[in-house]
Amino acid sequence: MAQNIAVKVDDLTVAYNYKPVLWDIDLEIPEGVLMAIVGPNGAGKSTLIKAILGILPPIAGSVTIYGKPYKKQRALVAYVPQKGSVDWDFPTTALDVVMMGTYGSLGWIKRPRQKEKKAALEALEKVGMLAFKNRQISQLSGGQQQRIFLARALVQNASIYFMDEPFQGVDATTEIAIINILKELRKAGKTVIVVHHDLQTVPEYFDWVTFLNVKKIATGPVKDIFNDDNLTKTYGINYKVSIQE
Amino acid sequence: MNLNEYFSLVFSDYTLRTITLGTAILGAVCGMLGSFAVLRKQSLLGDAISHAALPGIAIAFLITGAKDSNTLLIGALVSGLIGTFWIKGITTKTHLKSDTALGLILSLFFGFGMLLLTFIQKQPNANQAGLDKYLFGQAATLVESDVWLMAIVTGLCLVVILLFWKEFKMLLFDPDYTKTLGFNTRIIDILITSFIVLAIVLGLQTVGVVLMSAMLLAPAAAARQWTNSLGTMVILAAFFSAFSGVFGTAISASQNNLSTGPVIVLVASVFVLFSFIFSPSRGLLFRHIRFIKNRRDLEQHKTLAFMYHIAKTHDTISHPHTIKILNNFQGFTRGTLQKLVKKNYVELDGNMWSLTEEGFKTASNLYNQQNNE
Repeated sequence: MAQNIAVKVDDLTVAYNYKPVLWDIDLEIPEGVLMAIVGPNGAGKSTLIKAILGILPPIAGSVTIYGKPYKKQRALVAYVPQKGSVDWDFPTTALDVVMMGTYGSLGWIKRPRQKEKKAALEALEKVGMLAFKNRQISQLSGGQQQRIFLARALVQNASIYFMDEPFQGVDATTEIAIINILKELRKAGKTVIVVHHDLQTVPEYFDWVTFLNVKKIATGPVKDIFNDDNLTKTYGINYKVSIQE
Repeated sequence: MNLNEYFSLVFSDYTLRTITLGTAILGAVCGMLGSFAVLRKQSLLGDAISHAALPGIAIAFLITGAKDSNTLLIGALVSGLIGTFWIKGITTKTHLKSDTALGLILSLFFGFGMLLLTFIQKQPNANQAGLDKYLFGQAATLVESDVWLMAIVTGLCLVVILLFWKEFKMLLFDPDYTKTLGFNTRIIDILITSFIVLAIVLGLQTVGVVLMSAMLLAPAAAARQWTNSLGTMVILAAFFSAFSGVFGTAISASQNNLSTGPVIVLVASVFVLFSFIFSPSRGLLFRHIRFIKNRRDLEQHKTLAFMYHIAKTHDTISHPHTIKILNNFQGFTRGTLQKLVKKNYVELDGNMWSLTEEGFKTASNLYNQQNNE
């Protein structure tokens, strides 16, 4: 199966002050996978995404999206930050936040119009939040806020989605709703990369996985590499998970 | 001169008109930019910038020997900008947190500025009097050219805010995301910060270095209480700030030229206090009322549900009970039952309480609702 490489990371190294957070990461993510990035706290999972997206400056290394530098390919990439990274008491509505997903294609100064609003409403509908479009964002539950962030990324209509812990602090219903959307994205041929914490659900949700702990431990199909050996290497303790067939 | 006279003279008297216009314009621009500062959690940056401007004023005077406000404000602008860059430098290049950096720069610059002021006052130069007005502001010293300058900067600021509205909003809410969309967040940041510095410098003459930041923050904090829309918040803050400016100046000018800054700040604080208490959605008062009302509803619902529960075990729904049996809350039961009687959900016969038909229906609805949720 000859697959296109959607994201290619070469020799990526990131440090806060002197301590390297990511060391010499090489990574190839094939097109159309739903990939989990797993690793212990402080392994650099969020940092990896942020460095790929140019939010954090890497010390060394390069990132290409479909063979071209990331900066030229921004339009192909959407990002769902951690829910806790923003102040949800900001004076704005759910629809307004989702509209932000259209700002990138609009560029500087241009205002969103009917077309952009329509796209935002459609995205809200996809995540089941249309009824809340005029709700002040602080009055949404944690799970609803996460869906709003997801909708904002959906509006971008990208080919590659990076998501930082989209299941954090959401209830079971929302988790299922989100994973169904992610699976739909994969079905539509998109590539989805998710920082994930719950090892139990990896085999059920994802088809590709990257083990990360400052260095890349392993990357590949879940069925081939999601095993005790790699988990032990990543988490440092003797890890036993039973993968049900 | 009292306040009435002051306002009756505003339209005819040239000086008063100038002062009033100046403080209104200044207030408007400060309110708008203050909203951004508050939402970026950079409230203290304004305070640091205004204090950092003081040595610039003193040095500009020492160099030129002139008391012309434009010259002094250029000095203020330069040292305000230096202070701002140092704060940003300290936070990015050291482990110090931004509040420490702000505190350091604020006290360092202000201390140096005060030292220079004392030095200037000791000099045998008749011209030096009045420089200390920049500490607490004196709106009466505003002249027409000052007001023009304020109007130009405010107009420019308005155009920039309107042009880059969506960029500003997105940066305030989610800077990382803004970056991933390809916007140069540093340019947006510099744009906002520069205008904040400009507004502060323009306000020094009127409000003074010590209290200038309140002119930015207080109206924005008050405005936030009344709205959940950024646009409305910015407009409201501009309005509150303009009003505080005009009214504060009027009070200070009509009372033997009190320092303007403190009076303006007090007026703005009245807005803040009023908003914190009386805002319908976020205010303390209505929140407390809602809290009490919710608790009361809950007590009634619980009592009703409890009676419904007992009624189901009897053959008739209106089987009477003494209060002892119903008394499953500490002390609230009698009051709650009486309220339920008023709503016709419960009947009282002697000292026996019983559900009515209506009460039974309501209770069973409540019960089903709760189970469905």
